[in-house]
Amino acid sequence: MSDEIVTIDARGKLCPEPVVLTRKAMNSLSGGMLVLVDSPVAKENVSRLATKQGYKVTVDEVNGEYKINIAP
Amino acid sequence: MNENRLVIITGAIMGFLGVFLVFLGNAPNYGICVACFIRDIAGGLGLHRAEVVQYIRPEISGFILGSFIIALVAGEFRARGGSSPLLRFILGFIVLVGALIFLGCPLRMVLRLAAGDLNALVGLGGFIVGVYAGIIFLHRGFSLGRNYPLGSSSGYVIPLFALGLLLLVIIRPAFIFFSESGPGSLYAPILASLLAGLVVGVLVQRSRLCMGGGIRDTFLIKDLHLLYGTLALFVVALVSNLAFGYFNLGFADQPIAHTEGVWNFTGMLVVGFGSVLLGGCPIRQVIMSGEGDTDAGLTFLGMLTGAAFMHNFGLAASPAGVPVNGKIAVVVALIALVVIAVSNSTVSVPSGASKEVPSGVQK
Repeated sequence: MSDEIVTIDARGKLCPEPVVLTRKAMNSLSGGMLVLVDSPVAKENVSRLATKQGYKVTVDEVNGEYKINIAP
Repeated sequence: MNENRLVIITGAIMGFLGVFLVFLGNAPNYGICVACFIRDIAGGLGLHRAEVVQYIRPEISGFILGSFIIALVAGEFRARGGSSPLLRFILGFIVLVGALIFLGCPLRMVLRLAAGDLNALVGLGGFIVGVYAGIIFLHRGFSLGRNYPLGSSSGYVIPLFALGLLLLVIIRPAFIFFSESGPGSLYAPILASLLAGLVVGVLVQRSRLCMGGGIRDTFLIKDLHLLYGTLALFVVALVSNLAFGYFNLGFADQPIAHTEGVWNFTGMLVVGFGSVLLGGCPIRQVIMSGEGDTDAGLTFLGMLTGAAFMHNFGLAASPAGVPVNGKIAVVVALIALVVIAVSNSTVSVPSGASKEVPSGVQK
């Protein structure tokens, strides 16, 4: 379980929902996660949370959607 | 950090403009107030007939158009909608009920506090409790559902509406109402109001500043960065009020305010709670409506309607106090918020995130 990368689909969700979902996943998992969002605000907020929590964050943008890779 | 700097600059400029617009003619402690301005616009359009609060405030058009223009430039304009639109309309309505019992949105609450109005401190207490109540439901999986991309024409509706309002206040056709006394009769020159609104619209769109968001994120994820904006706004407004001689510490005789503590507290509790459920305070909703978010656009129209109802039925507070029916209205609003929050929460599912998206699990 701990090595699995969980995908969190937060597309279309307004902040703070993507952040809350990511935070919950962080609390229940020890592995990495892939967060999908489609607004720049959500991208910034999720990235900021993950960085502050000490995760490594990389973001890929595809057609206005963001794939946020969060690695321990 | 660059991000922090932008939020702090935004708060600081808003703090100054919030006082400077009073110097230029806006009513006292009324430099920027999203709820009050929307209420005045409802009056200017004749949607309510409270004669002292009728003026189509150009600042609101500025907020929306500033956000719209910068979102287009930054490639962030995206027409979207479909996240419980009717509930958002009702939540906008409810937030205005709370705001017109306290007499101000979260922004004016901070500006009032910075002018020494201690009633706003009571309001702040209610606001914090309201935000915290909202967070409890966020933890319980509260969601109004996702939105979906829409054709771009939907996103232009609110900016065009803002442009129309601006034209009305410039052209002054006979069917538009202008207060001859009271707060509605006190306003800065149209161009100054519009420019200030545009500046705030651009800055808030870029910085994502939100009065509710600052307190929410502090509780929710121990992230203070939005709160820095609120603090900057307070400090600069405080210094500006002292410089302009507007500072007056106390509860009594504060401009466009009443001293009924219980209702100041309850009004802002409703605003805080409702703002968290909506994902942002009134100014954030107005800004998002300029970015193409039609759900925020409906929230804006809900706020406009709420303001009209509050004054049509004599429910809104005034410096004389809160009418009995206004007290009933804000209690009903609070009950409605709890019902909306409970009925849209998935009730405590501890690992909501992973449970919601099992399909995405991959190595």
